[in-house]
Amino acid sequence: MKYLDEYRDARLARALLAELAKRVTRPWVLMEICGGQTHTLMRYGIDELLPSQIELVHGPGCPVCVTALETIDKAIHIASLPDVTLVSYGDMLRVPGSHSDLFRVKAAGGDLRIAYSPMEALKVARANPQRRVVFLGIGFETTAPPNAMVVWQAAREGLGNFSMLASHFLVPPAIRLLLKSPTNRVQGFIAPGHVCTIMGYRQYDELCREYHVPIVVGGFEPVDLLEAISMLVAQLEEGRAEAENQYVRSVGYEGNRPAQELMERVFEVGDRKWRGIGMIPQSGLRLREEFAPYDAEKVFGVEDATAEEPAECLSAQVLQGLKKPVDCPAFAVRCTPETPLGAPMVSAEGACAAYYQYRRPRELSAISSQLPAKTPSAP
Amino acid sequence: MCLAVPGKILETKEENGSRLGRVQFGGITRLVHLDFVPEAGVGDYVIVHVGFALSKVNAEEAQRTYEMLEEMGMLDESQDSGFRSQDSG
Repeated sequence: MKYLDEYRDARLARALLAELAKRVTRPWVLMEICGGQTHTLMRYGIDELLPSQIELVHGPGCPVCVTALETIDKAIHIASLPDVTLVSYGDMLRVPGSHSDLFRVKAAGGDLRIAYSPMEALKVARANPQRRVVFLGIGFETTAPPNAMVVWQAAREGLGNFSMLASHFLVPPAIRLLLKSPTNRVQGFIAPGHVCTIMGYRQYDELCREYHVPIVVGGFEPVDLLEAISMLVAQLEEGRAEAENQYVRSVGYEGNRPAQELMERVFEVGDRKWRGIGMIPQSGLRLREEFAPYDAEKVFGVEDATAEEPAECLSAQVLQGLKKPVDCPAFAVRCTPETPLGAPMVSAEGACAAYYQYRRPRELSAISSQLPAKTPSAP
Repeated sequence: MCLAVPGKILETKEENGSRLGRVQFGGITRLVHLDFVPEAGVGDYVIVHVGFALSKVNAEEAQRTYEMLEEMGMLDESQDSGFRSQDSG
């Protein structure tokens, strides 16, 4: 496939690794922000092929992982109502809520449908006027314009039975939070290529200047990530701290203006709670007041729900790069994709899921297959 | 969630006030929303996420950087007989 296969070329990967080995003179700690990038690094074993001085830690760029526990509970509550059809992206189904998950709601007879595109939720709403159709709209900036389009279109049509439960996150405030932390070890960032396809990378200039840290926008294929790592190491070795772009085939400095404009018309920036990490100011998007009839929080009166996270899950530390999934005592033993303690083990972009798939030690999987399945506490 | 794939626009049409495209990804084609890429047309490649094109692939930039990488690949092959990791410093 064009624009994909070329970036999986082993010969180019080897050349980049050899370049890197020549260039690196000191230890460096780098973080890739996006969970999709984490999966590629793990899948192709890039973390093990890099020169030993380079350490990769994984960032919080997994919207399923950082969606607040309260939001999952709200979705479960809404989906359990008899006249509601909940439409969601696939990997939300097994994310643990406080007492249950969406998969159990479906198993108990709830009308839950998986969608590839948010526009499918509109189709369901148009075809089923007697049902209240709710779209679980989660994501970072990449998914915000499509989700905005859905609400925009619903408002244009006056589709009264449609609403969206929005859980949207912004990347730059999360990077800022990590950089401000006294325990931060990250010296360079690979920024998420598809978030930057929408937003550009102008927002990173300020962070680079303020914290003297290089940020390189990277793609998602092995050659992309190796090139981005190369560019970061070059900057670090030379003492530079700039925002640069590796993913030039998709990302421009200003980003996608039509997409940004629609986001601005439908959403506004607000404070948001990130699961595990806590509240990050001005780090989320919520629907503007004029779209209140399409805001599921208001339609179903669930704005003020609160929830408590179980203590055993270390996702907070994993999402901030302070611990690796294999450091967690529950990893692959009590916490598996079928019986997850937290979101990073079930999300397609979760770091724990990536390690489980590509890096699980044989002894652990033998133990976990002998343990009885963990059942979360009953509601 | 950030999974987005490049595909080629085979044809475009207007529907319900939206511009849609039939986009080819390897062996399959899908109907994709082109509202965010007014500059993309038939024959162009776009990066698609959840049924929406987010960018038109910048073919010139892609070509330029690919050529640079190819050069690096050829240089590396001519300098040694295969992959090695090197302790430096």
